[in-house]
Amino acid sequence: MKFLPFLLANLLRKKVRFIMTIGSFTIALFLYCILATIERSFNQGVEVAGADRLVVINKTSIISPLPFSYKERLTQIPNVKHVTYCVWFGGIYQSEKNFFPQLAIDLKTFRGMYPEFKVVPKYWEAFKKDREGCIVGPSTLKRFGWKVGDRIPLRGTIWPGTWEFNICGTYDGTRGDDDLTQFWFRYDYLDERRLPEFGKGTVGWYMVKVDKIDRAAEVVAAIDKRFTNSAYETKTDTEKSFAADFVKQIGNIKLIMLSIGGVVFFTLLLVTGSTMSMSVRERVGELATLKTIGFSDTTVLLLVMAEALTVGLVGGGIGVIVGKLYTLTGDPTGGLLPIFYLAPQNMITGLGLGILIGMLSGLMPALFAMRLRIVEALRRV
Amino acid sequence: MVSVNGNTHESALIQVRNLDKKYQRGSEEIHVLQGLNLDVDEGEFVAFMGPSGSGKTTLLNLLGGIDLPSSGSITVAGDEISHMSGSKLTAWRARHVGFIFQMYNLIPVLTAFQNVEIPLLLTSLSKADRRTHVEAALAVVGLTDRMHHYPRQLSGGQEQRVAIARAIVSDPTFLLCDEPTGDLDRHSADDILNLLERLVKDFRKTILMVTHDPRAAERAQVSLHLDKGVLIEGQKTGR
Repeated sequence: MKFLPFLLANLLRKKVRFIMTIGSFTIALFLYCILATIERSFNQGVEVAGADRLVVINKTSIISPLPFSYKERLTQIPNVKHVTYCVWFGGIYQSEKNFFPQLAIDLKTFRGMYPEFKVVPKYWEAFKKDREGCIVGPSTLKRFGWKVGDRIPLRGTIWPGTWEFNICGTYDGTRGDDDLTQFWFRYDYLDERRLPEFGKGTVGWYMVKVDKIDRAAEVVAAIDKRFTNSAYETKTDTEKSFAADFVKQIGNIKLIMLSIGGVVFFTLLLVTGSTMSMSVRERVGELATLKTIGFSDTTVLLLVMAEALTVGLVGGGIGVIVGKLYTLTGDPTGGLLPIFYLAPQNMITGLGLGILIGMLSGLMPALFAMRLRIVEALRRV
Repeated sequence: MVSVNGNTHESALIQVRNLDKKYQRGSEEIHVLQGLNLDVDEGEFVAFMGPSGSGKTTLLNLLGGIDLPSSGSITVAGDEISHMSGSKLTAWRARHVGFIFQMYNLIPVLTAFQNVEIPLLLTSLSKADRRTHVEAALAVVGLTDRMHHYPRQLSGGQEQRVAIARAIVSDPTFLLCDEPTGDLDRHSADDILNLLERLVKDFRKTILMVTHDPRAAERAQVSLHLDKGVLIEGQKTGR
């Protein structure tokens, strides 16, 4: 602590350079936070997938439906604890760019499958009483300025016509990265209005909860075997695996993010390393004086490293804070990234990267300062 | 009493025996100091004079433990420093030597107070104790009212006084001054020399000073002459 004023004075001796260096860290770490948030958003389904949940889709493709009658047959399979179903609605609110996920759900079984979503009882009761009711996630409510009690028209794309819904309430997530953009409405309302040739009596997919996680593989096999050679063969997978496959269809998001982040941090390392070297070389005489006075080689090395560490910590810290504040403003894409959430572990990793880059950038100049020979350095003064 | 003949003088604070320093420049070997002997008692003020390249600064560097001799020995207050390891020598410098440079060598981003405090950061003194020591040192050099000024806000003479305060703040065994008045006008140089004299007379400091300036050398008690690496006993100035 007694070296702190000395450390700060050295850091602030060239304020513009200090601000620029801090700024480099801030921008790099801000970018890291945004990349991590995007990557997390793409993988959100994988992250939050329940280990005990299975997804049952039509073997042909996810857009092909499954019969409603499968529900009872799924329930009879050993180790199946709970079954629910959903239908993707794909409606448009005012404009196609206003994307948000809309699901027709089973009133009786949906909440049992997703305990992570909490709905206030009075909202759920209102939802149960209103056939045209819907529950809307808080992010979507905020995005469109909706409130409980509003009547919302959606233009159907799979099922034509205008579909009107009454907002009965909202839900909340119990985890930081739960999707709060979903729009749930009643399956019976959908099935009642759609025509037989448009999938009446079918569902989009089933969700199955197993009673023991270690039995999941057995249940997966049992379900697909149960419907082999039927008109609607199934493809069952764990929710995590299903979500991961879904992300893979978009591309290797993680590799793209790592590549961009790697380039940014490598550039930052070069820029900061060069700045730190310049800063130390300008102070050769001062460092020699300190050594003459009695500062050991190790103390001089630590002083330079402490400067580099402080730059990384301060710049990285600001970048992470700005990144967090930015993600709190919500999805900037208008719905493509429903979970725009910077997780604490990403913030800690970001700060760690800032410190690491800071220390690496200071290592060479610090070694130079440590090895400085007093007599030679004093001659340069 | 200063002597350069190598006769054993047990009570001497600084004892230099057969000191040699050679440099290699390409294939050429340069003999900077040759078989130098020196004894300096506590409380003495010694000036070294000589032409450029005569080895004055090299001698000062060796006495201050920032360079190592090729052969011979240097003993200060009983410590033989010529064979000390780098880390021991660093600790020894912090404890025993106060350096005063021609160009002051202050840290420009620190105030006078902070500059003087630097050597004390290496000690276990508390913040309050460090403050007491720094204020005392600045009072000795007459800069109490400038303690919060930065070097750029001080005159050359004042900067050198801060450097002297930094040199004496940890109460070292002796002071080494390398051309302490070389960058000052006559008036400021006189002030600095008066201050060095005061340190010797009032605080019994031992000072070894390298200078080109005969008027500065006159202020020392003994003036020694170095020529081609050989120390020649000079004159006593009568001070």
